[in-house]
Amino acid sequence: MNANYYDSRKAKIQLTISRVVVYAILIFLSVLCLFSFYMLFVNATRSNADLQGGFRLLPSNYFLKNLVNAWNDASINIPRGLLNSFIVASCTAVLSTYFSALTAYGIHAYDFKLKKAAFTFVMAVMVIPNQVSAVGFYQMCVKLGWTNSYIPLIVPSIAAPVVFFYMKQYMESVLPMEIVDAARVDGSGEFRTFNTIILPMLKPALAVQMIFNFVLSWNNYFMPALLLDKAEMKTVPLMIAQLRSADYSKFDMGKVYMFILLAILPVVVVYIILSKSIIKGVTAGSVKG
Amino acid sequence: MKRLPDSRKAKRKSISYAKWGYLFIAPFFLTYAIFNLYPLILTIYNSFFENYRSGLKQVGPNFVGLANYVKLFTPDANGTIDILKYAGNTVVLWLGGAIPQIVIALLLAIFFTSHRLNIRGQQFFKTVIYMPNLIMASAFSMLFFTLFSNVGPVNQLLIQWGVVDTAIDFFSIKITVRSLICLMNFLLWFGNTTILLMAGIMGIDQNLFEAAEIDGAGSIQVFFKVTLPLLMPILVYTIITALIGGLQMFDVPQVLTNGAGTPNRSSMTLIMYLNNYLRTSKNYGMAGAISVIIFIITGLLSLMVYRSLTKKD
Repeated sequence: MNANYYDSRKAKIQLTISRVVVYAILIFLSVLCLFSFYMLFVNATRSNADLQGGFRLLPSNYFLKNLVNAWNDASINIPRGLLNSFIVASCTAVLSTYFSALTAYGIHAYDFKLKKAAFTFVMAVMVIPNQVSAVGFYQMCVKLGWTNSYIPLIVPSIAAPVVFFYMKQYMESVLPMEIVDAARVDGSGEFRTFNTIILPMLKPALAVQMIFNFVLSWNNYFMPALLLDKAEMKTVPLMIAQLRSADYSKFDMGKVYMFILLAILPVVVVYIILSKSIIKGVTAGSVKG
Repeated sequence: MKRLPDSRKAKRKSISYAKWGYLFIAPFFLTYAIFNLYPLILTIYNSFFENYRSGLKQVGPNFVGLANYVKLFTPDANGTIDILKYAGNTVVLWLGGAIPQIVIALLLAIFFTSHRLNIRGQQFFKTVIYMPNLIMASAFSMLFFTLFSNVGPVNQLLIQWGVVDTAIDFFSIKITVRSLICLMNFLLWFGNTTILLMAGIMGIDQNLFEAAEIDGAGSIQVFFKVTLPLLMPILVYTIITALIGGLQMFDVPQVLTNGAGTPNRSSMTLIMYLNNYLRTSKNYGMAGAISVIIFIITGLLSLMVYRSLTKKD
């Protein structure tokens, strides 16, 4: 009896110790993740002179001034960049999500000869990175006069193998074919059935994929850097890279921090609002081993 | 002519919807063919041609066979083969981020799924560690550049504390540049890996854990004898997809070093090398040859993914 009591006490102490260690690790990693962003925020609230003066852990009162300076900067037109990025990212998100759902539905709902071959093909090309075909892609765009155009950044997103795969998996788990049959009996055309009955059923998956693809496009640097060199066409990542290549010592550092903050803020805000469903979405489409 | 209801039913059943299948998948495949397949073939085709700009003069395109590939693997005056050097850099930079990424993610996934530990505030921790994954890598890299620059807060702090007398030039030292890139890659990806591995652990039959505990297995034993073997397929998948991602490493080192891979090209990755040929010297032949090599490596890695996924069943 006594020994038993002693054992359970020992186990309890052990559990407490491991909990303390685990929470310490979690807090350390969280701080590691947040610290650079916190410094970004603090430094965006400080004037250039103040920033040269030394390290500070608490925000100052120069935030609005930096914002106005960054917003009206002559060489880096950040409001235009934000607008450009927004246009490209939203078009990309809508196209990739809609057409991936359409493709996944085509393979999910219909029987045809090349069905299996089509599916295998998409799975096979899923991991090929865009960069390996960049040489040919760039040549093609030059020939068609598509440099400094958003067409080559937006239209290719119609074919997004990863989004397709996610949609296909989602349909397998939620889409009963009886509904399609019922719609047919009611005389609904196939295309209409997809748009008015199937798409609404896919809402959660569509929403998650729209967010992911918006973010992916918003952050994309390689392809836009290859294709866009006119100042008024540049997207946000190109402007950030431009900051890096500019003569650094002459820059107003408060403004530089503000530029970086503006570049990541839209995504952070969306993430804070929707983090729960975004995190759920990370796993839902992944391969189940 | 009037048809009987019976035959109408039979007719309805025999309607083939196959054409709709083709119609629905057509936009995807057409787009893929035009914007991915054709450029890929064009890229491979280019790799057999001499085609570049030298000043204002355009050279080629002239068919040169495998000359671009030979040139790619020919040592320069110092005896270095650039592509091998950059492949080595890519592997080192990848490993430095990926090893801690996978070890820590595995640990966190076990913490989060442990009933015994019963961690509170999981949603908060998951939200925080996943966030960097969505941050613009180029902006994140620029942020680190400003934080670690000669006049940045890190140097200011080190001087204020009297650790150093003059600012450390982090970007002229091989080890610090590489460490910063690894740290950034780690921060960008470990949250994502944690969430994937968590899903994997939760997919394991919970009865197995209970049975092991009843049999008196300690948590370390449970991990090595139950969790790890059953998690293997997902772990292998995660590692290889991370490797394919690592092969594409570009944004972070490109912005951090302003495309130069400083110091002494020790942080130049394969894609940065490709980017230099493509953007700076418009050398389609050499850029094509590098692309083909990256394509082959990716293909081999994908084959490994495929095999790791199908072996189990």
